Amino acid sequence: MAGLTTDAELVARCRAGDQSAWNELVERFSRYVYAIAVQGFRLQGHDAEDVFQEVFARVYEHLDRLRSDEAIRPWIAQLTRRLCIDRLRASGREAPAELEETAGADERLAALDDALTVRAGLDAVGDPCREILDRFFCRDQSYKVIGDALDLPSGTIASRISRCLTKLRSELEGKIVRGSRV
Amino acid sequence: MIDYDEQRIGELLRLLPAVPEGWVRAAQELPQARAELAAIVARAEEDAVFRAKVVADLEAALEAEGIDPIPSVVAALRVRLEQA
Repeated sequence: MAGLTTDAELVARCRAGDQSAWNELVERFSRYVYAIAVQGFRLQGHDAEDVFQEVFARVYEHLDRLRSDEAIRPWIAQLTRRLCIDRLRASGREAPAELEETAGADERLAALDDALTVRAGLDAVGDPCREILDRFFCRDQSYKVIGDALDLPSGTIASRISRCLTKLRSELEGKIVRGSRV
Repeated sequence: MIDYDEQRIGELLRLLPAVPEGWVRAAQELPQARAELAAIVARAEEDAVFRAKVVADLEAALEAEGIDPIPSVVAALRVRLEQA
């Protein structure tokens, strides 16, 4: 996807001590880590928050040990997964029923991986589509709330969402037309 | 490259909801927090009374220095003090 800093570039800048790169790295992967913990492993509240913070603490501490800068995404996924399992074990939640539940984690994690790719596409498309689609799909806001927030007639939100989805699809297929109007 | 229709793209977007803002901010402030930890550890190495106070209550020591004592930061301070 054009126009975005690659994961490898971001990691290299983080390693050089660039705070803005670290902010961007956290922003880029925060939803992914959160979703793995909350949806993949059904962690809640403090358990989810502790895992979330521990993941980024370890990423920060061990960035130098990453064999390949491009591997940040699978590394974060694996780290999050391991910490979630540790957390479930530490809290004594190893009852058979819950183990069965985590057994479905593979499928959920694969879907989250695809979701992160779509999210990166959304970032590449940029605003206003990013904001409209994020508000509708990720924050579950109504047409009215979105319209009020963006100062747009709520009657036009549905068609804008539709056009933005088409634009995002084009981005994901690698055939985006830059500067096209939504 | 992903070849999904718009409906599937919408479903995938829903899978990554927004993270509580404070969580993201705390993670972004990690580098600063780590630098502040280093300062606490350095002071503890030079001042036995301060070190005893910190070891006695890590969370209170962090709060006194204006650092949010989230578990990952407390654990990092504990490790650093043990290594110092």
